Amino acid sequence: MNQDRIRVQTEDFGVEEETNKIKQSSKRIGGIVTFLGAARDFSKGQEINKMFFDHYPGMAEKKLADIREQALKDYDIIDVTIIHRVGDISIGDNIVLIIVGAEHRKDAFRACSWCIDELKRITPIWKKETTPDGIVWVEEHP
Amino acid sequence: MVKVKFFAVLKGLVGKEEVTVDLGGETTLEQLIEKLKTDLPPLKDIIQKGGILISVNQEVVEKDAIIQDGDEIAFLPPFAGG
Repeated sequence: MNQDRIRVQTEDFGVEEETNKIKQSSKRIGGIVTFLGAARDFSKGQEINKMFFDHYPGMAEKKLADIREQALKDYDIIDVTIIHRVGDISIGDNIVLIIVGAEHRKDAFRACSWCIDELKRITPIWKKETTPDGIVWVEEHP
Repeated sequence: MVKVKFFAVLKGLVGKEEVTVDLGGETTLEQLIEKLKTDLPPLKDIIQKGGILISVNQEVVEKDAIIQDGDEIAFLPPFAGG
């Protein structure tokens, strides 16, 4: 199950499909919180035409699995899915999906927020943006 | 021999995705970095600028880490996922 819950992939993911997998994992789940990150066309005052995500194969998946395991330990939650896309991403496309299922909403919200912050902090994934002025690798990402 | 990988912006700056280095036995990461600075001059400025993490076998380590034949070292620019 864990391999399906942690994925780094070029292809898009289905939010409803992944949500149903979490919902079906336990009848105790009463609250599901989803974070969906999408590619926006504007950043730091500049228009973005498209983006590309590079990653460290193996290490990126391992860090996402570590985040999932830690969240399951530290929060009163039942299941977590973390999926990150890599490669070429068009404006408006999905980038990252985090789904947390818990008995109650508060833990699901807190764990989901922690997971995306931790993903940004420790996962070896990098973003290159194409703007009208050229191509830049993003160094800061709040 | 150790494998050294460069990702994202570093690939372009260093001009390589991966190099293989003969260590001549067990050494520290710091010694490897010194050797790489000579072999790959752009790396000197990159390291001086700061913000680069280094991993050994996919775990981020400090510069005094011991490395040995067969290890996989990677230079990791600031992460920007999500």
